[in-house]
Amino acid sequence: MMLKSGSMAAALGAGVATLTPPAAQAAWTLNMTPGITEVSRSVYGLHMLMFWWCVGLAVAVFGFMIFSLVKYRKSQGAVPDTSIVHNTKAEIAWTVIPVIILIGMAVPATRTLIETDDASGSQLSIRVTGYQWKWGYEYLDNGVSVLSTLARDSNAARQLQSGIDPKTVPNYLLNVDHPLVVPAGVKVRLLITAQDVIHSWWVPALAIKKDAIPGFVNEAWFKIDTDKVGLYRGQCAELCGRDHGFMPIVIDVRSPADFAAWLKQQKADQDAADAAAKSAAVATS
Amino acid sequence: MAQTPTAATFDATLDAHGHAAAHDDHDHKPRGFWDRWVANTNHKDIGTLYLIFSGVMFFVGGGMAMLIRAELYKPGLQFFDPAFFNSLTTVHALAMIFGAVMPAWVGLANWMIPLQVGAPDMALPRMNNFSFWILPFAFTLLLSTFFVKGGAPAGGWTLYPPLVLQSGDGFPMAIFAIHMMGASSIMGAINVIVTIMNMRAPGMTLLKMPLFVWTWLITAYLLIAVMPVLAGAVTMLLTDHFFGTSFFSASGGGDPVMFQHIFWFFGHPEVYILILPAFGIVSEIIPTFSRKPLFGYEAMVYATASIAFLSFIVWAHHMFTVGMPLAGELFFMLSTMLISIPTGVKVFNWCTTMWRGSLSFEPPMLFALAFLFLFTIGGFSGLMLAIAPADFQYQDTYFVVAHFHYVLVPGAIFTIMAGVYYWLPKWVGRMYNMTLAKWHFWLSAIFVNVLFFPQHFLGLAGMPRRIPDYGTQFADWNMVSSLGGFGFGAAQLLFPYIIWKCVKSGPPAPAKVWEGAHGLEWELPSPAPYHSWQEAPDAAVLAHGAEH
Repeated sequence: MMLKSGSMAAALGAGVATLTPPAAQAAWTLNMTPGITEVSRSVYGLHMLMFWWCVGLAVAVFGFMIFSLVKYRKSQGAVPDTSIVHNTKAEIAWTVIPVIILIGMAVPATRTLIETDDASGSQLSIRVTGYQWKWGYEYLDNGVSVLSTLARDSNAARQLQSGIDPKTVPNYLLNVDHPLVVPAGVKVRLLITAQDVIHSWWVPALAIKKDAIPGFVNEAWFKIDTDKVGLYRGQCAELCGRDHGFMPIVIDVRSPADFAAWLKQQKADQDAADAAAKSAAVATS
Repeated sequence: MAQTPTAATFDATLDAHGHAAAHDDHDHKPRGFWDRWVANTNHKDIGTLYLIFSGVMFFVGGGMAMLIRAELYKPGLQFFDPAFFNSLTTVHALAMIFGAVMPAWVGLANWMIPLQVGAPDMALPRMNNFSFWILPFAFTLLLSTFFVKGGAPAGGWTLYPPLVLQSGDGFPMAIFAIHMMGASSIMGAINVIVTIMNMRAPGMTLLKMPLFVWTWLITAYLLIAVMPVLAGAVTMLLTDHFFGTSFFSASGGGDPVMFQHIFWFFGHPEVYILILPAFGIVSEIIPTFSRKPLFGYEAMVYATASIAFLSFIVWAHHMFTVGMPLAGELFFMLSTMLISIPTGVKVFNWCTTMWRGSLSFEPPMLFALAFLFLFTIGGFSGLMLAIAPADFQYQDTYFVVAHFHYVLVPGAIFTIMAGVYYWLPKWVGRMYNMTLAKWHFWLSAIFVNVLFFPQHFLGLAGMPRRIPDYGTQFADWNMVSSLGGFGFGAAQLLFPYIIWKCVKSGPPAPAKVWEGAHGLEWELPSPAPYHSWQEAPDAAVLAHGAEH
């Protein structure tokens, strides 16, 4: 009896665990995940479509090759048919049929590409700035800004020969001090730039990767499903110097109400800090 | 007494003297190390120099790869400062691309093109010598950047500004080295084109040339078109850094992305330069060991030319995340997808060559078959990468690293090895140990997959490239990949050993080393005489040798 309820609890626990957003993916991962937006699901669908096409073509081509390798061995007495030298019909067929297959791939790909490009109707704009080696986020409507750096425990463990086992650090190299807080269910626009060299802002769960280029502004948008509240992680995806591997991204997705409350509190705290700094500067000048 | 050898006198000359060409030839090689190996102008010796240089650089680049895989074996930083790790990845790529693969192709071109077209040597023998000797100097310069202030360049082999402009004293040295390598390649390409266009034996029309010659002809045009573009790009980096220009800096009115456009306009045809000669070699090995002519010779020529043409209009697929307008992304997605068509045609033609043939599996054929399987896998991941919105998830991750290593290692490198195992007996006049060569093959073929296949999973799981340390969820496949790397690296030690043993003490090889081989090179004895084809082969020899 005890064993049974124990294992039921375990099963329930496992079931619940699959519903919550994964804090870190399990080891031996083979594939990307569908993500948390409609666009990320389209991208995942495209990826799987291409994957299965490639599997099908591989089975056909490798099957043909393996057939020949087995059946036409000299050691088994095969005699070559040296009259088979060319066949124009075959050349045309295996040019035209692949073109038709490519069209079948290009249509959904084009549709998704056009979707990703349309940031109109965004209700929130955030400027993302890449630095060597951290990210800065500024909510353009009210001036709240946040600097997001690699978490202290990860930073300590990653030092050369630190002696700290990375497995003891939660979300090793994928944790920051101040995540980017965003609302679910709202179309958010990112304006991405950099201060020094080219970086790239990538969050796999959003299927967004956009280069952060100094002196230029790139645009991206996302609308997260309303039930996908939680933390999602990404990394810089363009070599930007020594600590390119050590400037991760964490987005903290909250309900619109929670997000509004957070933003208001941040603004208040920031205004208070600015005022304190100003009066301190006046006092010492 | 120059009489044109007919087929009969040709054979008689062969029998009487044991080597080909005019009957007064004494097959003298230059005496003295300097004359033979430094100041020489003979295409065979220059070919040998290129191949030895390529072999050395393969182990230099390979050694760096072993260090990279050692650091990536486990999460955490065990051995290297991250900046040094970035130098390792940068110089590994430069050494492999410009030091190992490209010189190997030029070495094989030097050895084989004159033999295969019935020419006495390359058209421009002194320029040939100069083209080679630039390379050891260029690479000494590049490798010595490890020892200067700031270390070796660490911005990736792609040298993107503004990052690369943060390099130390090694930067101008590296740029100069790249200029030298480019000059060497351009001169080599000119030599190849002039030789092929002017020195083919009478009767060898373009559409009778072996496919290795065709693919090199097309590669040479690509080289001449794009190496100057690279030279321009790196010179602009130099002037931005030292002479106050701002080609690539927004604050001066420039654009870092313009560098990427210029670089990849070179860079994409460059990767076809790295693979087209492989297509040529595979197109000779597979028919030989299938005892059946290449299926669709003309289609293969047109497919190669199509690939070369298309390679000029796909470059921005390396830049899908850069913020291009929608029309640009769409164009480059569609043109990139299109390039899979002629490539597929080639794969189908190779497969049909084997079908209804009579196959045997000597080492050259084993490497060529591994190419066919594994390059095709690299092609499939390339097709996936072409899909721009999906590429947002793959770009700058290990998925890309897996793709290009599949097309470059079992693609280009295995085919270089196949070419060496195919033609070495012709060069040296001795057979190598086939059992040992088969061991080299099987160990390489198995470990290359253990090394690179898991990198697809790492990319899909979210691991970026060019990082020395990673989150613990990437640990398992990284360990597998590193073990594959160590195995693959160790297996390569067999290759120089096999070659050296062959040169020293292999049993004598006949003129026609392989039963199913066709081509003018097999009409010459093994070893090929120092001066061969001093008289062009006549129609009978041509017909016999040029049957493909």
